[in-house]
Amino acid sequence: MAGRTQEDIENELATEYLVLTYADYEAGLREGKLLGLRCVPCNKITCHPMPVCQWCGSRDLERTELSGKGTLETFTVIRVPSEGYEDDNPYIPCIVKTNEGPSVVGRLDYDTERATQDLIGKRVKLSSTYTYKGDKYSGGPRSCPVFSVID
Amino acid sequence: MRDVAIIGIGHTKFGRAAKTSLELFSEAALQAVDDAGVDLKDIEALFQGAALSGFEEGQLMPAAFSAAELNLGPIPATRYEGACASASVAIRDAALWVGAGEHDIVLAGGVEKALTMGTSFATRTFAMACHAPTEGPAGLTFPGVFAMAARVYAQKYGIPLDSLREKMAHVSIKNHRHGALNPLAQFYKKLGDLKVEDVVNSRMVADPLTLMDCCPFSDGASALVLCPAEDARKYTDDPVYILGTGQGSGCPLSKMEDLTKPVSRITSARTAFKRAGLSPKDIDLAEVHDCFTIAEFIALESIGFFDWGEAAEATAEGQTDLGGKLPVNMSGGLIGKGHPIGATGASQVYWIVKQMHGDAPKGNQIDPIPEYGMTDTLGGDFGTLCHIILGRTKRGA
Ligand SMILES: [Zn+2]
Repeated sequence: MAGRTQEDIENELATEYLVLTYADYEAGLREGKLLGLRCVPCNKITCHPMPVCQWCGSRDLERTELSGKGTLETFTVIRVPSEGYEDDNPYIPCIVKTNEGPSVVGRLDYDTERATQDLIGKRVKLSSTYTYKGDKYSGGPRSCPVFSVID
Repeated sequence: MRDVAIIGIGHTKFGRAAKTSLELFSEAALQAVDDAGVDLKDIEALFQGAALSGFEEGQLMPAAFSAAELNLGPIPATRYEGACASASVAIRDAALWVGAGEHDIVLAGGVEKALTMGTSFATRTFAMACHAPTEGPAGLTFPGVFAMAARVYAQKYGIPLDSLREKMAHVSIKNHRHGALNPLAQFYKKLGDLKVEDVVNSRMVADPLTLMDCCPFSDGASALVLCPAEDARKYTDDPVYILGTGQGSGCPLSKMEDLTKPVSRITSARTAFKRAGLSPKDIDLAEVHDCFTIAEFIALESIGFFDWGEAAEATAEGQTDLGGKLPVNMSGGLIGKGHPIGATGASQVYWIVKQMHGDAPKGNQIDPIPEYGMTDTLGGDFGTLCHIILGRTKRGA
């Protein structure tokens, strides 16, 4: 009876499905870097980390570092936080379209009393990292990028 | 595929319930079974929406135990979880299984006890239907997501934010006016004559959405009995037929091309229309997912009832009110009727059926009785979408 060799089995176990894990991404954020993936076939950038290119679906990906710069797409000022986020209240979640293409969700470092609609479209850059302390539902602490307005 | 009919409906009072979720669901299910005139022993399967039952009462497998409460025997009983769209997805699957010939008479519906959790914990658990790795640490809440969408809507269509907020207020005014007339609504006889300033000046939840732009947390259940269309008249003189359904899945917010044009919703609605052989202009009334005022505009445009950017003005003009182009959320919607998330999709179908029976609450009945109706249910931040198109006559009849 034909079977797989030990080498076949070990090769299969060594296959890397995730070029950049979420733990890598968060560690990058804490070092001030916005890490992503460059797609070899279509050359576009994927961020946050995924096992496939967010644009064409290819699995042929390489790690890359984004500039951390982009444009503010939208935001809100949270005034009724969910359980676990009371200490931050009020705070500003936002979506930023990076110079490299993909959008990312993070927080905006800005005066909540002066955050008005004209912020949309402003240039922003990665300025720090926010780490949620975690609760019994979050699987431990989690980090997201924090952006500041540059002009 | 066989065509499928709704032959019985049940609905508890929405609001705060002292009963357990199993009791709430039993109440809705027994109403539906009695309405259909079937016996409990005729039920061949249970399809139940329930989103947060583990967090609410420490009750996993509510579907299996609901079947046990009703002594349905060892039939298949499955919980569906698609956040706020849980019951719609359950009904859709029930219709597909009956249509496929696997079962004849089935129960479908949903239940939730979200008000019991309190605002802070409920907000946390609802937000679990966001993309946890990216949206979790940012502390996004559901009002926060739709607040961000409202800002995009204002930006995209060149509407000053204050002006958009006034147009959004009309959704709350309309849906509360309807809800105040609905005896099963959480706000029955309450908030029926809101003014724009009442909505825009209420407490800010997530800028620019105020408390009155938001639906409440609610407890409640709703259930339906389905059977093959060819058997429906054995049980009832006025069956309502499920003519088409659609379901769509979304992605993390950061991967959405445009928060005001969710592809998951557009795809789901188009599938439902294609299956039904109908188009938006054929629909006489709709129950859409108005979890927040801005969400009603996004729903109306994504389904195709109004062109992009036009639902806001159309709503302010009264086109979605009784007597308008398309009456929307005559039950009160999520805002006026309440939003027990796992039950919401079934409640939407319940109120369309009521309209088709000419049995809607006084002041809310469409005249003439509508021929075609549609439900639109959204789970999470566009993560699960489901549409159900209902009619008083069978396809091709
Ligand atoms: Zn690619």
